Amino acid sequence: MENKGGKMSIFLKGLIKENPVLVLVLGTCPTLATTSSAINGAGMGLATTVVLIFANIFIAALKNIIPDKVRIPCYIVVIATFVTIVQYMLKAFIPALDKSLGLYIPLIVVNCIILGRAEAFASKNSVVDSALDGAGMGLGFTGALFVMGAIRELLGAGTLLGFELTTNLIEPMAIMKLAPGGFFVFGCLIALVNKLTDGKASANAASGCMGCPGSSFCGHVGACVDGCADEFITVKAEEIKEAIAEAKPETETAEGGAL
Amino acid sequence: MTEMVTILLAAILTNNFVLVQFLGICPFLGVSKKLDSAFGMSCAVIFVMLLATAATWPIQQLLDNFGLGYMQTIVFILVIASLVQLVEIALKKYIPALHKSLGVFLPLITTNCAVLGVCVMNIDEAYGFGQSMINSLGAGLGFMLAMIIFAGVRQRTENNNYLQCFKGIPATLIAASIVSLSFMGFSGVIEGIFG
Repeated sequence: MENKGGKMSIFLKGLIKENPVLVLVLGTCPTLATTSSAINGAGMGLATTVVLIFANIFIAALKNIIPDKVRIPCYIVVIATFVTIVQYMLKAFIPALDKSLGLYIPLIVVNCIILGRAEAFASKNSVVDSALDGAGMGLGFTGALFVMGAIRELLGAGTLLGFELTTNLIEPMAIMKLAPGGFFVFGCLIALVNKLTDGKASANAASGCMGCPGSSFCGHVGACVDGCADEFITVKAEEIKEAIAEAKPETETAEGGAL
Repeated sequence: MTEMVTILLAAILTNNFVLVQFLGICPFLGVSKKLDSAFGMSCAVIFVMLLATAATWPIQQLLDNFGLGYMQTIVFILVIASLVQLVEIALKKYIPALHKSLGVFLPLITTNCAVLGVCVMNIDEAYGFGQSMINSLGAGLGFMLAMIIFAGVRQRTENNNYLQCFKGIPATLIAASIVSLSFMGFSGVIEGIFG
């Protein structure tokens, strides 16, 4: 995290260079689930952005008060609070969007990106920088979701933002709006980013894992990105084996006594 | 009884958590490389889902009683996270054999969206306690089915030779798209049998 490039670079890196969805491959669940149309994708993205900005501001402001050992539960409470606020605001003012996003709004809490930014950035930087980082990452997320939603909407229904474009020219492929289309378009988009960046992006993806939720909360390197989880499982399995081997003498004598 | 079977089958097949509802994609993509870890992970998910539902359903009734329904998200995520930690400690102490097989996966699914998702969904659908447990079991079994099928598919795609830019995550996603396509064949099956 180099600060030399100034405030602007903090904001801009989330948009393109470290785009949370297309480069770091975080927050895959909402990316796939809410992009059946451009409006839904953008709505989900903006809701997440709001949570991301406010959670980053609060966590950066409270970073000296929060004890290190219980920091992750504290972050989760802060994040969940803002998710609840956003959820009820949407219910009150944009009920249509609330209905189409449904279950995925409370699930913003478990979005890797938010906890990841809290842990990797907001807990170490000033309030202003954290707000900029949250805005950049959030808008990067929104942009990716909007693009993906637009592609799926155009191919799946022939419309864009509700306006008919190709409906009468080409038979819309309804499959693109359904689950398989989501996986397919997402796969193609990441491949495109890989192609444009000559594979540099996917090399960064591994380091994105460190900023992921997990690292500390789930114990180790997160399960988010390809492959990391396998390593984590091997390491952890050995730890458990060792622990059992250490505990064995005691249990054996206990069993012997019982027999 | 028919209703229970319908809920169970719908959760496993037509509304498959991973392939139709996109919940729990992270472990689905991250831990599906080897069959045995895919199986272990799914067992842990089923276990935690049932546990989390058994804990959160009564809590929701309590919240509703006191007019605190808006605290749902905050309370659920904290309860689930602490529950998983607690269970891990308890398993380590009392059932080391089970800890040996599930312990690896428990920390990975603490903040899994499938677990929180199923708890919130049970409340949204206004299921009773029995129905909620069945729905969670179905969701977990559906997750397991998707993981195991996909582990098989991935072993075949890994060694193939395709465009450099598709290597890794993109190829995995497109394989998932095809598996998901096959699950669309189940839509309408439940209505066909019980309707």
